[in-house]
Amino acid sequence: MSVIVVLAVLAIVVWLVIAPLRHGHDERAELRAASEREELEARKEAKYREIRDAELDYRTGKLSEADWRALDRSLRAEAILLLRRIDDAGVS
Amino acid sequence: MLVAGRFLLIVALVVALYGVGASLYGARRGNRGLVDSGRRAVYAMAVSLVAAFALLEAAFLRSDFSSELVATHSSTTTPTFYRVTAIWSSQAGSLLLWAMLLSVWSSLVLFLSRKRLREIAPYATAVLCGFAVFFLGLLVFLASPFEGLNPVPAEGTGLNPLLRHPSMMIHPPMLYSGYTLFAIPFAFAVGALITKRLNADWIRSTRPFTLAAWGFLGVGVMLGARWSYTELGWGGYWAWDPVENASLMPWLTGTAFLHSVMIQEKRGMLKIWNVSLVLATGILAILGTFLVRSGILQSIHAFGASTLGTPFLVLIGVLIAGSAALVIWRADDLRSESRLDSVFSRESVFLLNNLVLVAMCTVIFWFTFWPLISEALGDERSVGPPTFNSWIGPLAILLVLLTGLGPALAWRRATAANLRRSLTIPVVAGAITAVALVATGIGDAKAGLLFVFAAFSVAVIVQEYVRGVTARRAMAHEAVPVAMVSLVRRNRRRYGGYLVHLGIIVLFVGIAASSAFQQATDVQLRTGQSTRIGDYAVTYAKATSRVVAASNGRLERIDLGAVLQLRKDGRLVDTIATKRSYFPSADPSLGPVSSFFEGEATSEVGLRAGGLRDVWTVVSPSLEELRPLITKGDAVFAGPGAKISAQQREEFLAATLKGLTDSYTRDPPAATFRLIVSPLVTWIWLGAIVVLVGGLIAIWPGPRSSQRMVSAGYAARLARELGRA
Repeated sequence: MSVIVVLAVLAIVVWLVIAPLRHGHDERAELRAASEREELEARKEAKYREIRDAELDYRTGKLSEADWRALDRSLRAEAILLLRRIDDAGVS
Repeated sequence: MLVAGRFLLIVALVVALYGVGASLYGARRGNRGLVDSGRRAVYAMAVSLVAAFALLEAAFLRSDFSSELVATHSSTTTPTFYRVTAIWSSQAGSLLLWAMLLSVWSSLVLFLSRKRLREIAPYATAVLCGFAVFFLGLLVFLASPFEGLNPVPAEGTGLNPLLRHPSMMIHPPMLYSGYTLFAIPFAFAVGALITKRLNADWIRSTRPFTLAAWGFLGVGVMLGARWSYTELGWGGYWAWDPVENASLMPWLTGTAFLHSVMIQEKRGMLKIWNVSLVLATGILAILGTFLVRSGILQSIHAFGASTLGTPFLVLIGVLIAGSAALVIWRADDLRSESRLDSVFSRESVFLLNNLVLVAMCTVIFWFTFWPLISEALGDERSVGPPTFNSWIGPLAILLVLLTGLGPALAWRRATAANLRRSLTIPVVAGAITAVALVATGIGDAKAGLLFVFAAFSVAVIVQEYVRGVTARRAMAHEAVPVAMVSLVRRNRRRYGGYLVHLGIIVLFVGIAASSAFQQATDVQLRTGQSTRIGDYAVTYAKATSRVVAASNGRLERIDLGAVLQLRKDGRLVDTIATKRSYFPSADPSLGPVSSFFEGEATSEVGLRAGGLRDVWTVVSPSLEELRPLITKGDAVFAGPGAKISAQQREEFLAATLKGLTDSYTRDPPAATFRLIVSPLVTWIWLGAIVVLVGGLIAIWPGPRSSQRMVSAGYAARLARELGRA
């Protein structure tokens, strides 16, 4: 029984490790671009959360209407800038 | 089985080494094939280690005493449930569990992030494989779980009786899951530092795993506390034991990180602080394992002590030096992108909360290692719970206040009018509590202050939910329950976090009340006699006893116990039973009867748990009056015992022990009872459950914004995506 387990594990290990080696090619430039896009996506998500948080802060009485409107305007402007950059970077 | 197990560990070690090399070389050369192969090496390692672990579990389940580990940590009389868990009562077994959990969690994270963080991930993979190389190196060269025994013994030593507790089934895997999951943000932080990708993405991608690590470790800590309370027989749930402290420290820094990282996500601030916190948390997680496994400090977890101190110290040294070097190297890239807008903001409170949490961790670290530090200074001294409590108490009180203050303030800045609107009701709630406490003459100022701040903070949280639901109803015209669900669903992180805060407050109130107002007494009673504790009259009603045989018929233990009646105002309110269990010693020089009273003994706690107070007791029967009977029993076996078969001897021993226990029940000697009445202990466990539920809500993934490319109408797109999420 132990021998079967060992052989099965060995086969899986070899298959797992060897299989991707056939696709080796230099992709540093591609990686850099992907990282940029991911970074912009992350910043967009954070900005959206900030807009939602600000609205919730206003609606639960922690921000005055004037403060919220000013903050919301600037946050939305920043979010739009991020959306432009994401589109320029070409999200797939 | 032993050869197969050793072989699988070697395969895992080789694969881990390959994972380090392939990932680093692949990342340097930009070779996707090698990077993928390095990542899949982690999956392969997980397969090998799960198989090795399964082989060892199978050996425990079928009591294969040709394995040294099984023979020294299990026996045929060990119940099946505990045979499964016995594996991690040993040093080698727990190291194998560590390595296996690391490989499984790492595989999961690397699989889920395989299409993201592609620059950082290879370095993170190399770090995770590096951790695995260390633990597998220990398993292959220093502490193999697959050592054999020759000749094979007929019976094993058995599991330490203290570990025969249901929470021990889950406590170590939970702690180790927490420790190993904290290795993941550590590894990604190292990758982010190396690749200079230090903004929000690595934080966003690893946040669920940081939260999971925090949750697992928290559950592990609480299960340990529950085990201590219901099994160890000293009446407390936290003793500031080095191993307990070791699990609490990364939890505290992890909590600090989860708060401060929100400021980085929103404002691009605190990058050095955050990366340092996550690196420190990873190192503290390794330190936790080191403290359990090294035996360097005296601990109630002495069953885990060993001599692996030096390799762990080397690893910790490398991690500290490497982390510090990386942070200094990237200091320029870690500069904040903005500054605090106002002192009266949620960011400021988060910063303060971070300082308190890190101060708590520092105090615990300092006092935990004080015996070693003082020894190095030539005057070894240990530090007891009163010293810990005198420092941690005030910090905990401050933390409870901040737990309420943070949610009451807006991000960026709060005006005087906003503060008035947010804080009036909570301040009134705190004031009413203060007046009520003074009126009732509370005797402990620190506990009183904590209750006042707790009332303030609970009021903030309730107010937050009420105002959130009201706002939701005004916008969407929903019924209250629907509005509540919608509110939480759309803001999981915020409202899950508030629930975590509520649970922490409940937990701290339970700790404060049960510490400040506990009543305890040690009393010797004979059956029929009574004593008083708090509002209760306690009567030793009757003695109990039992000889317990395992499922295979072999004698496992003797239980000598007591039944107590609790009366309040003359009325019987409950009957509680407690017992002391005696497990036989393996020492062959002892007589067969006396071996039961010279081996390990554990206490089964008698507990009446309630919402407002617990009544807790353990019994310690006086064995002196049983000595003549024990000696007489041994003498019987010294005569004809040699001429009877092993089975006859077992039956004869069972009959002798039955006679002894019947005699104990018939004419019980005096017994010493430890009686404790503690208020609000149940709140500690309830608080922990609320924290867990809140954590689950916060970790639950929300709907992602669309990533489709839209060429026009950015404002409309923004509004649509905000509305959807």
